[in-house]
Amino acid sequence: MTKNVHGFIIIMIAVLFIAICFTGCTSTSPQATTPAATPAANETPQQKLVIATTTSLYDTGLLAYLQPKFESQYNVKLAITSQGSGKAIQIATNGDADVLLVHSPAAELAFMQTGKGLNRRTFASNYFIIAGPPTDPAGITNMTPENAFTTLLLKGTNQTANVSFVSRGDGSGTQTAEQNIWKSAGYNYTVNVEKSGLWYIEAGKGMGETLQMASDKGAYTLTDEGTFLAYKSNLTLVPLVTKGASLLNIYSVMAVYNDKQPVEKIQMANNFINFLISPQTQADIGAYGVDKYGKSLFTPMSVTVPTAKAGWVGDYSTPATDLKPATVVTTAAPAANATTAAPVANATAAQ
Amino acid sequence: MSDIISGFFQALNLIVTLNPDVMQIALLSLYVSLTATVLASFISIPLGGFIHFHDFPGKRILIVLIQTLYSVPTVVVGLLLYLVLSRSGPLGYFGLLWTPEGMILGQMVLIIPITTGLVLSALSSIDRNISDTLISLGATGFQTVVQVIKEARFAILSALILGFGRAISEVGVAMMIGGNILGQTRVLTTAIALQTGLGDFGFSIALGIILLAIALVIVIIMNLITSGAMGDFDRIMGGSPRA
Repeated sequence: MTKNVHGFIIIMIAVLFIAICFTGCTSTSPQATTPAATPAANETPQQKLVIATTTSLYDTGLLAYLQPKFESQYNVKLAITSQGSGKAIQIATNGDADVLLVHSPAAELAFMQTGKGLNRRTFASNYFIIAGPPTDPAGITNMTPENAFTTLLLKGTNQTANVSFVSRGDGSGTQTAEQNIWKSAGYNYTVNVEKSGLWYIEAGKGMGETLQMASDKGAYTLTDEGTFLAYKSNLTLVPLVTKGASLLNIYSVMAVYNDKQPVEKIQMANNFINFLISPQTQADIGAYGVDKYGKSLFTPMSVTVPTAKAGWVGDYSTPATDLKPATVVTTAAPAANATTAAPVANATAAQ
Repeated sequence: MSDIISGFFQALNLIVTLNPDVMQIALLSLYVSLTATVLASFISIPLGGFIHFHDFPGKRILIVLIQTLYSVPTVVVGLLLYLVLSRSGPLGYFGLLWTPEGMILGQMVLIIPITTGLVLSALSSIDRNISDTLISLGATGFQTVVQVIKEARFAILSALILGFGRAISEVGVAMMIGGNILGQTRVLTTAIALQTGLGDFGFSIALGIILLAIALVIVIIMNLITSGAMGDFDRIMGGSPRA
């Protein structure tokens, strides 16, 4: 009797092993030949749309607020995975997301250049702020961002008491913005800043944790406005520098394209993009956070169209319709972009 | 300090009120890690048994290799598996990325070295005389193996408990393969990581306490099963070792 039971168990284990070996061996080869076989089988069930997003849009609660509104309009379930912009773009490049939501314009344009993105649209903006301890030991209040960074670097390397800076250090859109400010202040980031001493701390963490670290250490940091407002109650930091062209933070959305991506997914991704730039959602974005923080966390394009480096602000009024990368270009974009000059047309055309 | 206290009361509150969101996250944690442990044991116990009872060239090296893999960082397992399960990776066709099943696979890969290695040492700790005696009493090779595994059941159980502990407490695989998607792949550890990032320390502590409560229940159940099984085996063993 026991013998039978054990025999059964052994057979089960053997079957399991063989099954594992089998899937392991066969699956490696035929994946290229049967890309679209399965999606055709399930047409009626709810679609799943994977959105790779930068942390700030998620941590502020904006996406959770918009998610049910979108899901009620379409037969779709959003799967939102919140990552730093760098990682989100990497995930999209590998084809593991259907929609990409980030705030790293230069990296976005590079991503679009690879032909893996479609229909880039800018849907909101706000400002980065340089936050620091209320006593402001480096005295940077109301300086330009470049002057503030220069002052911080000089006083930091000088070992002026209590002057330190916490950087995201995680390849995120915010860190890219920080590096851009160092660059426009005339410094080579890796040579002059990154290893310049103990005052400069690379956290390697998300925005929320970086803010907490800066708050605990009484250090300065660069943060997006939305996350700062959302976390303010936990922090001893105050905004010190809030004005300057290099502090502009632009949020864009794009659909992910690759040869395995079924066309229905791209259509749904386009639906999401069009949802974000629709007048109703733009109004919702503009209203988000007002009741809680006294001001909106994100400025929709319907309120202000920011002015930035050519190409950084994407189209925001033409509905997303492309289903594959266009080689020949339609010139719908520039008419709407009143504030951004001619080069934008070329940049969006590169899509 | 106040966060710890408030976390404790929040945990009590969440457990008593059966907060649906938290329960869903906790159940998913349990489902993923328990399944991974059970499946890993299906592989580890026979594998450990095979390695223990057979002599073959490279056996020592294999054991050292298995023991080295105890230390593999969870994020590295997560990253490697992400690259394999990614749509552009070799197993992308199966669409396991961003699913609980993908997380189960990842946690299996993570804990199989530990459970296999500890099953091995559990078996080695059984007195050589027992197997010799069994054979001299006329047991077949197979009966001997089963008998020694039964003798080592408590040590094997603690191997599985440790495997389960590593599975349910890890963040790397859950984050890289699951993606911390609310309602789909968010488990306790990734929720804790998120809430900590959001500055909600009390809630994070509460989730941590819930995780430990789950572990407590599972460990108790596993212990009960083993002691119950012991009674059964004794009864069954009563007259039969001679077969």
